[in-house]
Amino acid sequence: MLVKDLIKETYFALNANKGRSVLTILGIVIGIGSVIAMISIGQGAQSSITESIESNGTNVLIISPGQQQSFGPVRSGQGTADSLSNDDVEAIKELDDIVAVSPEVSSRYQVTSKESNTNASVYGVESDYFVVKEIDSQVGTLISSIHVKNSSKVAVLGSTIAEDLFGEDVNPVGDSVRINNLNFKVIGVIESTGTGFNSSDDSIFVPLSVSQRYFTGNEILSSISLKVNSSELMDQVEVDITNMLLMLHGMSSEEDADFNIGSSTEMIEMASSVTGTLTILLGAIAGISLLVGGIGIMNMMLTSVTERTREIGLRKAIGAKNKEISLQFLIESATLTLIGGVVGIVLGWVISIIITKFFDMNTSVTLYSVVLSFGVSVVIGIVFGYYPARRASKLNPIDALRYE
Amino acid sequence: MIELKNIVKNYYSGDVETKVIKGIDFKFKKGEFVAIMGPSGSGKSTLMNIIGMLDSPTSGNYLFNKRDISKLDDQELADIRLHSIGFIFQTFNLLKRTTVLRNVELPFIYSKKPKDTCDREELAKKALVKVGLGDKEIWYHLSNQLSGGQMQRVAIARALVNNPDLLLADEPTGNLDSKTGEIVLSTFEKLNKEQKISIVMITHEKEIAEFADRIIHIKDGVITDDYKNTKKRTSNQGLTL
Repeated sequence: MLVKDLIKETYFALNANKGRSVLTILGIVIGIGSVIAMISIGQGAQSSITESIESNGTNVLIISPGQQQSFGPVRSGQGTADSLSNDDVEAIKELDDIVAVSPEVSSRYQVTSKESNTNASVYGVESDYFVVKEIDSQVGTLISSIHVKNSSKVAVLGSTIAEDLFGEDVNPVGDSVRINNLNFKVIGVIESTGTGFNSSDDSIFVPLSVSQRYFTGNEILSSISLKVNSSELMDQVEVDITNMLLMLHGMSSEEDADFNIGSSTEMIEMASSVTGTLTILLGAIAGISLLVGGIGIMNMMLTSVTERTREIGLRKAIGAKNKEISLQFLIESATLTLIGGVVGIVLGWVISIIITKFFDMNTSVTLYSVVLSFGVSVVIGIVFGYYPARRASKLNPIDALRYE
Repeated sequence: MIELKNIVKNYYSGDVETKVIKGIDFKFKKGEFVAIMGPSGSGKSTLMNIIGMLDSPTSGNYLFNKRDISKLDDQELADIRLHSIGFIFQTFNLLKRTTVLRNVELPFIYSKKPKDTCDREELAKKALVKVGLGDKEIWYHLSNQLSGGQMQRVAIARALVNNPDLLLADEPTGNLDSKTGEIVLSTFEKLNKEQKISIVMITHEKEIAEFADRIIHIKDGVITDDYKNTKKRTSNQGLTL
């Protein structure tokens, strides 16, 4: 068969049953459209999480304490050990390729102002904290090295905390808050850091020295964050710190280490694997509707083969080869899914734009998902068209011509 | 042109064997117009299917233009049907909701020549003129808007477009009244006389068989009579049905 004839025959066959063809195509449109839309939601979630991790500083390494070492089978969770202290920070500061080192002590306390009270994470930090996390002040100033040196009882508020304690659009600088029954003077509010899971909006920052002296009473740290010169040096610096901390803590191998070093890259990787699973899950759910659409194609093609039994018999008697008969039906079903695929991609795209516009959710339609669903739709046409096409080509012409 | 030697055809349904054709020998020369007659169930349709290569015999030899058909595969048989045989059915078997021209052009899709759409139309129109459908208006009618006689002549035109050696007609007038049946038969007559096209026609009516040069009677799967038709009818004598 010439391609020209194949196209013409397909057109006539599909046009002869316009309503049925359109409904069948609609099944594929919905299937492909929902796959595209769902994957775009998953991909959007991935990119917004990655963005929010990156917004908390790039090239950042976070050192956290290891497990509480104890005798017997009972072991506490990661981060519970008291293995990091101010001495470690001093040592790390001596290493090369580090821009800033930020020791942190964190704990939750009841915080009260004149008007209201709330429960907040209170971070004891040094000035480098804001360098590492790339946070700026919205009003007032941030914690400086002088505050730390003098153990000044000053506090910098996260934007949500400032609203909770003092109300909206009120400048709290100069006012005081009580944290754990100690009075602190508010010197600034940081800019909003977004709604990601690393947000500092509901945190309060005080000088590390104050936190250690009045709250914890020792020199133990909750974690140490540091910013490395460039991303290429991350691995090297991680090795340097590991070696040095092992030496300081009197340990010989990494297996004994009483600390963990994590990087923002690792966090992104971890988040990606979570959202990747989410994307697959969403895609799979949408895939079910695509499958149903495919079954619709098969149903229509089987009906069509039955209806056109006599026509198939005639074509065979005239001299059509089995191959030509099956090719014609295959092309018909592939055409249905192809049209459905194209319209479905447009529909999915429109849906993802609507979701972004009206539901304030990040979505992204990628070339990969378009190509994937386009390919899938054609494959569906061929797979679900194969059985009806084979059935048509295997019809016995004598019986087919007599078929009523 | 056609040579059948001891053709036997059995059908099996489960363990039950039905002998439809019990050994038929039959020779057919180019340019002949043969009518095969017999009551229903005599095996004439099966014989026609075997001649048309839609069915294969259980045993026996079939030579078509000196080629042994039993040695050919489905593809080669389809090719012979495409280029050498034109089928005409009792029920016309035209494509519904399709123009007359497109119906006649249908075989070109499989013969792949001529490739050009205009050439195809030219040949289809020539075939339509041959069967007496020279009226241009009718070419663009849909097949279901035609009368029975017109439909059968469109079917004949379709059978003719690839210049076959043989026309196989299975009860071509079975669904037509006597008047339109006569038009179809006179078309056969003309094609046989003027174009030297060989025709094998199956019928159960004597009046129709008498249009042929030679009449073969079949009963219970065997040939009971095979003679030259001396009382050959022509269309102007009219049919008395």
